[in-house]
Formats: sequence, structure tokens, C-alpha cells
Amino acid sequence: MIRVALLVAAKDLRIERRSRVLLWQVLPFGVMALVLSGLALGPTHAGHSSAGPGLFYLVMLLVALLMINRSQVIEGSPGTRASVATLGLDPAGVFLGKALALAVELWLTGLVLLGGSVLVLHTALVGTLSALPSVVVTLAALAGAGTLYGALSGGGQGPATLLPVLALPAFAPLLIAGERSFSAALHGGALWQWWLISLVALVAYLGVGILLYGVLEES
Amino acid sequence: MVALRDAVVLVGGFPLLSGVNLELSPRSLNVVTGANGAGKTSLLRLLGGLVTLTSGTGVVSGVDLRGDLRELRRRVGWLGHEGSFYDDLSASENLVFAAKALARPTADVPSVLERVGLSARTSTPARQLSAGQRRRLGLAWLLLRRPELWLLDEPYASLDDDGRTFFDQLIGDVVADGATVVVSAHDPLRSSALAPRTITLAGGLVVSDRS
Repeated sequence: MIRVALLVAAKDLRIERRSRVLLWQVLPFGVMALVLSGLALGPTHAGHSSAGPGLFYLVMLLVALLMINRSQVIEGSPGTRASVATLGLDPAGVFLGKALALAVELWLTGLVLLGGSVLVLHTALVGTLSALPSVVVTLAALAGAGTLYGALSGGGQGPATLLPVLALPAFAPLLIAGERSFSAALHGGALWQWWLISLVALVAYLGVGILLYGVLEES
Repeated sequence: MVALRDAVVLVGGFPLLSGVNLELSPRSLNVVTGANGAGKTSLLRLLGGLVTLTSGTGVVSGVDLRGDLRELRRRVGWLGHEGSFYDDLSASENLVFAAKALARPTADVPSVLERVGLSARTSTPARQLSAGQRRRLGLAWLLLRRPELWLLDEPYASLDDDGRTFFDQLIGDVVADGATVVVSAHDPLRSSALAPRTITLAGGLVVSDRS
């Protein structure tokens, strides 16, 4: 399972590096959305700081939806699906690999957007840095849930508009936990409790994905 | 190698296959012909474990079609007419991925690419290959896998004369090496030397079967 996961993750990341969709399409979109969020709030620094974590995760949600769809479209062509199916890859390994690749892409995007939050939304640098562990875990959980719901919404063959409707109820607790954790890191509070919620969600989504991804692919 | 009895495949209530009876011998070349919508691709997909059997019985390569389809898929190779690999990966990277997925040595990749005439295109992304070159890459994927049953869905589409001749030669070699090949095509094979069995479908049923 681990061998397949690493193989699939390396393949997805190589495709991303080659196509540069993340670099030239998704990342600029995320930065622009963050800048627009800052402009919408106006010039008051204090307001920016308190809204910063929420806006960061809102932009991450939009970016994640694009990237989840992209991750599924890679496998979406009927010919590719049929050929890869005949390789007999362990579906649990495929799930873990796709989730890992998506997590790496979200982490990279998250790093850029965290820097953007400091610059545009004026979140405190030290607080933002101390929020990093929770951001890493929350985005990993988002990647796990996203891979699962990406397959559920048709695996690149269904309408792209189905994914947000299906996935948002599952993403909401993750986004709330991430936002609370980030806010606690900036303004003080129960940082680790929210971080733990994200961690439990990550484990739960990975467990469900390992069990169900094969069934979703078959259906 | 293949035994189907009254095989029916329904998708969304629509019958793709309406009760196919068919037996295919090992080490044989079989061509499935018929008009558009006759069920050619559906038959190949059923043999590859890519669609489920709705009713009837079927055994392919020793695997029951109502059993572990994942096990069946490991034994078959599929070449679709729409391209069967990752477009953003190069020809070589696609084959290395397949080799690693199958736990086969990647050292075979250059020789396989040479055999299908793609030695000069190893680092070209698959999306930049011509239609004929994409077919050859699909064949290279299968040569690397060496499956028991080759399922080739309209492999001659968009091929020029050289490409068709190359395909015919390679299919002949593969059958001589012991594989069973099923080709879907609008027309019978051009090469008379291959002497395939020709199965004609219409409306999801076998209407003609001649060797």
C-alpha cells in the first residue's frame, strides 16, 4: 500500500510540475482572492488581523476545490481509467498517494498564502508562524477529505459543480477548527484543542478513504 | 480463455449486451466487428472486468466475472482508441510508472519503446504525440505488461498504412508468443496472413461468427 501510495503521489506531483497548473493558475487565483479580501476589509489593521484566519481558510477552500478537481481530472479520461485499472493498483494506496500529492500542493499554496496574510491582512508574523503546525494538519485533513469527496463526485468524470455541494458539509468542521486554531495562535486561546480536532479529522478521513476508495472507484 | 453464457450488461437500464454467448480459445486472434452501438466496446470492457455482468455467466482467464474483477484486470491489457495514459507525462515516464506499478524492472522500458518505434520520442509528453504514436505508446504499455488477454478497442482508428501494417505484425507476434487478442474494428483485418476469427455484433448480440 505504501509503495503504491508513493508511486501515485510522485506521479501526480510530476504531472503538476510538468503542467504548472498550480503555479500559473491556482496560485495566482489564491493570491488575487486574498488581496481582494484585504481590499474588501479596508485599511483598518485591527479588523484585518481578526478576520485574517477566516479569510485565509476561505481562500484555501476555494483553492482546494480547484486542486481537488484537478487531481481527479488527471485520471478522468476513460482510456486512462481503464488502462490504470488493469494495472491492479491497491485502491487504498491510490487514495493515500493522491491525498499525499494534494496535501503537498495545499501545503505549498498555504505557505504562500500565509505569507500573503502577513502582508495583506496584517496577521502577526510570530502568531502566524506558531499557527503553522495546525495549518499543516488542517490542510492535510482537507486533502484527505477532498480526495475522498473528489472520487464521490465522479472522479473527474462527473460535473465539477457537484464537488463543492458534496464536500462543503465535510469541509466545514475542518475549516472552523483551522480558523479557531489560527486565531488562538494570533490572539491567545485553546490552540491545541482545535489542532487536535483537525488531527482526529485527518486520521478519520484517511481511515475512511483507505476503506472506501476502492468502492467509490468501482461505482 | 473466455466463456460467456447469455451475458447481459445493463447500464442505466439500457442493454449494452443483450445475451452474448461466446467462447474464445487461448492463443487466438479474434476480431469483433459491427456498426456503431453494436456493443463492441462493451464486450471488450466486459472481458476486461471494466463493467459488471448484469445477468448470465462468464469466465475470463480463469476468473469468474461475478468474482474478483480486480484480479481479472491484472490479467488483461486494455488499449482504448481515446488514449490510455497520462498526457502530461512523457512516453518514457508513462512506461516507468506502469513498470513500477507492476513491480517490473524499469530497465525494459527503452527496449519496449524501441520495439514500437518510439525511441526518438522517449521524453516527449504523450499529449504532443501524433495519433499513430499514441497508439504505439499504448502498445508499448501492453508489451511491458505482457498480459494474457489483449483487448484492443478500435486500434486502427486514425492510423495510416504504415501504422496498420505495424499493428498487424505486432499482433501476429503477440499471438505467436501465446497471448489471446481481441480487437474491435469496424472492418475485418486487412492482413489475410493473420487469419483471425471474426465475430459480428448487432444490438448487443452475436449475429455472425466465422473463423
